[in-house]
Amino acid sequence: MTARNLSSLFGGLIFGVGLVVSGMTNPEKVLAFLTLGSSWEPALIIVMGSAVAVATVGYWVIGKRAAPIFDVTFRVPTKTVIDGRLLAGSSLFGIGWGLSGFCPGPALVALMTLDQRGVVFVLAYAAGVVLHDKLLGKAMPGGAITDG
Amino acid sequence: MPVVGGLLIGIASVWLYLSVGRIAGISGIAANALLQAKENLWSVFFVVGLGLGGWLAHYLLGTVPDGEVVSGQGMLLIVGGLVVGIGTRLGSGCTSGHGVCGVSRFSLRSLVATIIFVALGMLVASGLSLL
Repeated sequence: MTARNLSSLFGGLIFGVGLVVSGMTNPEKVLAFLTLGSSWEPALIIVMGSAVAVATVGYWVIGKRAAPIFDVTFRVPTKTVIDGRLLAGSSLFGIGWGLSGFCPGPALVALMTLDQRGVVFVLAYAAGVVLHDKLLGKAMPGGAITDG
Repeated sequence: MPVVGGLLIGIASVWLYLSVGRIAGISGIAANALLQAKENLWSVFFVVGLGLGGWLAHYLLGTVPDGEVVSGQGMLLIVGGLVVGIGTRLGSGCTSGHGVCGVSRFSLRSLVATIIFVALGMLVASGLSLL
């Protein structure tokens, strides 16, 4: 186990704690945000807002470094074009998110706690990922660097 | 505790960038762990950490969900999962990669993606609630 992998494990750990503490691993809470009406819950805006605030400052400060601690260079998405793939993909993701209340991170946490909903969702999600790559090609040909 | 959770998500993303030099986009990391684990061992470690952290937090907070699939929910989860799998791959990101990390890096692509998936998610969830 390298320092790089351990760092990644630690990052995932904090991220997972953050998802649970924020309430985002509860699909009902997520759907309460996505469902507009009298019982609309705005909490998710606060979650996203505080995460973005920290990350904006963090990325800006770290951006002054030449390289990360455990790699020779930063590997970030370089694509800037807003194309059909982005629009169609984001639309499909939004539809699935609205149907289920799950996005990938919370679903993986739910899988870990053997939440039946998470198990069902993640199996279908993995099938979707494989199906996409089989039918529509790799997300980013020749590289593993995607936006997320 | 939405603020605390959000801050932790932000800190985790910043940490991953500082140490490994990668964006904390979970759909990308999960797909790497699933399809290219050998070349991206770090991504497998991230996913394992994510699950462990989530499990630990649920356990300590006493919020481990029952998580039973109620009647009528199965199809929504299956179709939802399938579409999220295809969509996040096609659009190169999800709530974390586009919504948190991309927006924080002032990526217009990510901002557009985020507006679209939140809008569509609201449209679908709001529509379903009327049925």
